[in-house]
Amino acid sequence: MKKVNFRNLPSQLSLLLLAVLLTFSVSVSAQEDSASEAEQTTAAVPAADGVGDAVAGKALFNANCAACHKLDKKATGPALRGVTLRYDRNWLYEWIKDSQGMIKSGDSKAVALFAENNNSVMTSFPALSNGDIDNILAYASEPKAVPVAGGDTAATGTTTGGGDGVSNNIILAALALVFGLLVVMLFLVTGTLKKIAQANGVEYQERETKTPLWKAFAQNQFLVLVTSIFLLLCSAYFAYGWMMQVGVDQGYAPVQPIHFSHKIHAGDNKVDCNYCHSSARKSKTSGIPSLNVCMNCHKNISEYAGEADLESGYTQEFYTKEIKKLYDAVGWDETTQAYTGNTKPVKWTRIHNLPDFAYFNHSQHVTVAGVDCQKCHGPVEEMEIVEQFAPLTMGWCINCHRETNVKVEDNEYYSKIHEELSKKYGVEKLTIAQLGGLECGKCHY
Amino acid sequence: MASNKKYWKSVEELDTNSSIVETLRENEFVESIPTDEFLGDKETLEASSTTRRDFLKYVGFTTAAASLAACEGPVIKSIPYVIAPDEIVPGVANYYASTIADGFDFANVLVKTREGRPIKIERNDLSTQGGGVNARVQASVLSLYDKNRLQNPLVDGAEVTWADFDTNVAQKMNEMSGKDIVLLTQTFASPSTSKLIKEFTAKYPNVRHVVYDTVSSSEALDAFQNKYGTRALADYDFSKAEVIVSVGADFLGDWQGGGYDAGYAKSRVPNSAGKMSRHIQFESNMSLSGANADKRVPVTPSQQLKIITALTGGSFSDLPNEIAEAVKNAKAQLANAGSKGVILTGLPDVDAQSKALNFNANSIVMDAMKPRMVRQGNTAEVMRVMNGVISGTVKGMITVGVDPVYSFPNSSAFTEAFKNLDMSLTFAMKKNATAEASKLVAATPHYLESWGDTQMKKGTFSLIQPTIRPLFQTRQFQDSLLQWTGNSQNYYDYIKGTWAAVLGGGSWNQALHDGFFGSDAEVQMDVMPIPSEGEAVIEESTANGALSEALQNEGLELTLYTKTSMGDGQNANNPWLQEMPDPITRTTWDNYITISAKDAESLGLENTHVANGGLNGSRVNVTMGDVVIEKVPVIIQPGQAVGSVGLALGYGKTAAIQEEMQTGVNAFALYNNFSTIQTVSLEKVGGMHEFACVQLHNTMMGRDIIRETSLEVFNTKDVQEWNPVIYVSKDHKEIPISSPDADLWESFDRSVGHHFNLSIDLNACTGCGACVIACHAENNVPVVGKAEVRKSRDMHWLRIDRYYSSVESFEGDLEKKENISGLGSSLSDFGAMEHPADNPQVAFQPVMCQHCNHAPCETVCPVAATSHGRQGQNHMAYNRCVGTRYCANNCPYKVRRFNWFLYNENDEFDYHMNNDLGRMVLNPDVVVRSRGVMEKCSMCIQKTQLTILQAKRDGKPVEDSAFQTACSLACDKGAMVFGDINDHSSEVYKEKKDNRMYHLLEAVGTEPNVFYKTKVRNSKEV
Repeated sequence: MKKVNFRNLPSQLSLLLLAVLLTFSVSVSAQEDSASEAEQTTAAVPAADGVGDAVAGKALFNANCAACHKLDKKATGPALRGVTLRYDRNWLYEWIKDSQGMIKSGDSKAVALFAENNNSVMTSFPALSNGDIDNILAYASEPKAVPVAGGDTAATGTTTGGGDGVSNNIILAALALVFGLLVVMLFLVTGTLKKIAQANGVEYQERETKTPLWKAFAQNQFLVLVTSIFLLLCSAYFAYGWMMQVGVDQGYAPVQPIHFSHKIHAGDNKVDCNYCHSSARKSKTSGIPSLNVCMNCHKNISEYAGEADLESGYTQEFYTKEIKKLYDAVGWDETTQAYTGNTKPVKWTRIHNLPDFAYFNHSQHVTVAGVDCQKCHGPVEEMEIVEQFAPLTMGWCINCHRETNVKVEDNEYYSKIHEELSKKYGVEKLTIAQLGGLECGKCHY
Repeated sequence: MASNKKYWKSVEELDTNSSIVETLRENEFVESIPTDEFLGDKETLEASSTTRRDFLKYVGFTTAAASLAACEGPVIKSIPYVIAPDEIVPGVANYYASTIADGFDFANVLVKTREGRPIKIERNDLSTQGGGVNARVQASVLSLYDKNRLQNPLVDGAEVTWADFDTNVAQKMNEMSGKDIVLLTQTFASPSTSKLIKEFTAKYPNVRHVVYDTVSSSEALDAFQNKYGTRALADYDFSKAEVIVSVGADFLGDWQGGGYDAGYAKSRVPNSAGKMSRHIQFESNMSLSGANADKRVPVTPSQQLKIITALTGGSFSDLPNEIAEAVKNAKAQLANAGSKGVILTGLPDVDAQSKALNFNANSIVMDAMKPRMVRQGNTAEVMRVMNGVISGTVKGMITVGVDPVYSFPNSSAFTEAFKNLDMSLTFAMKKNATAEASKLVAATPHYLESWGDTQMKKGTFSLIQPTIRPLFQTRQFQDSLLQWTGNSQNYYDYIKGTWAAVLGGGSWNQALHDGFFGSDAEVQMDVMPIPSEGEAVIEESTANGALSEALQNEGLELTLYTKTSMGDGQNANNPWLQEMPDPITRTTWDNYITISAKDAESLGLENTHVANGGLNGSRVNVTMGDVVIEKVPVIIQPGQAVGSVGLALGYGKTAAIQEEMQTGVNAFALYNNFSTIQTVSLEKVGGMHEFACVQLHNTMMGRDIIRETSLEVFNTKDVQEWNPVIYVSKDHKEIPISSPDADLWESFDRSVGHHFNLSIDLNACTGCGACVIACHAENNVPVVGKAEVRKSRDMHWLRIDRYYSSVESFEGDLEKKENISGLGSSLSDFGAMEHPADNPQVAFQPVMCQHCNHAPCETVCPVAATSHGRQGQNHMAYNRCVGTRYCANNCPYKVRRFNWFLYNENDEFDYHMNNDLGRMVLNPDVVVRSRGVMEKCSMCIQKTQLTILQAKRDGKPVEDSAFQTACSLACDKGAMVFGDINDHSSEVYKEKKDNRMYHLLEAVGTEPNVFYKTKVRNSKEV
């Protein structure tokens, strides 16, 4: 049931919203324009350089180098921007193709570089041609893109937008005041008119005093009875509905200590659920990934460079800040690229809470039955903030057990029991219920 | 017709002027109603700031607030690892092999851990050393989470860091140089520790090492040493035995280190040739061994001495006729058995031990070549230390793993002297009595937090490995020694060093994985200085003299014993063990004098039952010389030898023990000369002691509960004679109960899928109670405390019933019942059958939920909280239960347990579930029940479901041995076999088809999924 107290409010609000949106959209599109302009300008520079194709170089860089190198920042390996200025191009060809060979041969520069980077061995790339390397170097030689003014415009955009909101409120308040005044005036006017009429001796025709409707209603016992029964039933219906949702936390989406976006990880980057929640395959719990799992990727991904959702305030800086929170928790020092040992375990807020008396095993569903995670958890890959998708009530569990067939293919465990049971029930496919999946003790012990 | 008659109530009414009548007419209640008394006096009412209205407001508000708050779900935090260890997957258990070696119990174990917490101790199936994983070992995991543990080292009672502690010790050791210091330790039986102690005593030559076993086997060690040269104990393999004659040796209990029950049980099950061993027990206390014996003869300890002599070639003349007859028979049977016969004795007498050893030298049951090393103590040496401390010749003392202040016989004199020692250093897990009296206390870790090695039996080396990081700032004794001898190694590396010789090329990792390693490497372990000739002779003679001398005093002969639950008292703060019923007396939370009915009568002692079912017992003062123990409760023990009494050691601890668990009396005060046999006198004192006994009815009265037959009948007669099918009458025709016609119910088809059954072999079950504790640990069974147990509100899902026969044997019971006729005879005879005989036969029967296919509990549940699964398990949905208790009333087996209170997080039940540390032992796969719900054995459905899931994941059928319950897994005797009877190759299916199989109370028609196997007793005399 939805409340409809302010019947006119939606239309008024939508008008206001429209106004706000219009102001926003202008600023946003302006920002996009400037960003693309900036890209074009930066792209133009290396072409002028002449050696290598920076666009092809970017692709090669991302495929081969990005795991350990960044342009402007030290990762596992050193930052690569302007590397051509530091090293001779031929030296670089040799180094990239066989760095260990150079170190062994005692090349002083190579040895020094190796020592500088904690003796971490760089993969050799004998398959890259000099042309490829030129392309990569061209990409690495691009001047750093000037921080685009877009960020600022966005900021100002938001503030002005906010300002509009405030002024709208003021206008609304003023209007309300005016209406109020009008009503008061109306009463005053009728009062005065009455007084004038009285003074002039005009006589009102008093209305006939009928029994008021409520009295008539109260006197009709039948009606009272029927209404009270109706009201009682209604309240019982709503009370029941309300009580049945107690403890059902469907849609529960708590704020987490680190804003982890499943949309970016599972959606945009298509990371498999089981990569992080690996224990779902073998344990009863899906497991909240330990932070060392995050660091498998985030050792190298220290900044967010994907799309931003500015409407909700999720800028790139915002996401990058969240990655820093991870570094803080796991005790990772970015400058030295090493663990400090100073860890702060993250206190996540648990979203899916089954009561203790209900036993649920992920591996049974994920590994044995092959159920998609999304079946119970919903489109997590689209969720910026994860929420509880399913009601997690017993009825919901039971329903699925009634409808779903047991996945018996290629599972020798089931072969005998399935054959015998399907003969008994005279069916081709057995549901989980027919296999005993509705028994109390299967989940409650 | 109206009557004009006037009725009057009293003569006063006739007097019309009476004021009384007037008043009565006006005022019905002549006396004013005491409202003030009811409401409190006016003054306080007015003084109170809370009016009645306020009160109602508060009530209303709190009710509303509570109900509103209940609608809001709590916010639950989840904290994952920062860096997850590779081997830990949350939700999946890991198992590690380790070893317990606490000086009293030695066993290879398997430790189950969840998320890095040890939660259960199991048997190590790989171990060749057989059993030993008894109830105490099973419960030892809870002692890890004891909140009374020491968390830091102490100097003069103040907590210090280890660095400070080391400085203090170094300083003290320097001060003490040249003065006599005794290092008093438990038996470690550890090659590495022995080596380390030698290095320590080499650095500090004024330190001498003395091994002290709290409960000594010194005389047996002496006898073995005299004969074989090594200070060790002979090992026995009872599975090879044909005739076992035990004279006062409770070898199914803790005799010489215990752990013999698994082998014993093997020879007790009639084999395919219809043969089983014969066990004759001569003893004074009713022990587990006596209860399991084919023939038990109650004799006093002084008679036991003579019996040993008679059995090994001496004369019978000193013995009463009846006993002499029994001894003659036993001797003849031993002679028949030849090398398969064995004599055991528990007498603390070197001579008696030697006689038994000499007899067994020809027996294949005894193994003297690979003896046990689990006891090393020498009482003479320990006594010299004790007297040295008292007289002041010993200046300093370091104790490790022992608690002499508690367990030395003349405690008060020793305590005073100990407090005045120049140096007192105690290694202890808890601030026990010795730690309280010492100046320096080194906090040691639990064995589940330590490294170690031990050689329990010559040729088998075991490893102790930690399964959790130390919970507190503790450091094990060996690491301290390494530190103090200036060795920079840690103990782990040190062990590896010692083991290089042991392994001899074998794999360390494999040894660690298995928990033990078989090797014939000779490792120097003799820690006791071998006494010079003269000394040894003198001590031996005094030790010998002591026993016969002690027995010459007037009075009752006392045999001190250890209970399967409490042992030597190390685990006194363990609520599981405190609440575990003693297998024989079925009494919890106490120790007591056991006395024969005859002696009790002459002393005026009695046991009575009170209205709520509680057992009360008289109290006595126990006097031995100048030692008096006051107000010791008495239990009249059927089978106790007349003229003897028994008392359990290990109770009466007060230091570092929670108040609830300060139970019983300290019997070590009577452990004079470290001899378990003493002479005492009893004197009745007033008042009654309230016991918490879980079994009130001790006899079966000829009912069909435990089926028992003799080997002769079993071998020669038809099954129907000794294990009859029960017939019921239908349409005046006799039909077997198993026939479908006798069935009211439509039966489910259970032929598809798994169908679980549990087989319990009453021949193999010795009643040890390991399964009871395993069940506690697996299923989060709460501890309810003494007061609740007394009200029969114990929560054990699995109980082991013990029955006495009311005449000499159970067969006699049956006969007597059959012969009862007429009202007079039935009244007197049934009454008589309620009382056990003076020397009854004893039988044990583990009873848990029988998982009836036609369960009476299921039909009466108004909310369908209990229902049946197709796999044969009777399910109990706790969250559905509303607590009507109809099911418990309708259960013929009385196995359902009701949660009368909230037993977790409740200060009224301040046991392990009431503190964060103790709750770490809980099994996360089993829910902790709340107040007001019924609970019972689930046939470990969490384990069967897990096994099925693993099979599904692997995509293959389940192997038979994979199905286990906690009890079947804990039983090293093979008495409990669990499995799927739809799998016709399974062991349990074979057991079900065995002709010894019967169901408990089969006549009720419940068709249980638990079945028993008829007990067969080898009652053949001569």
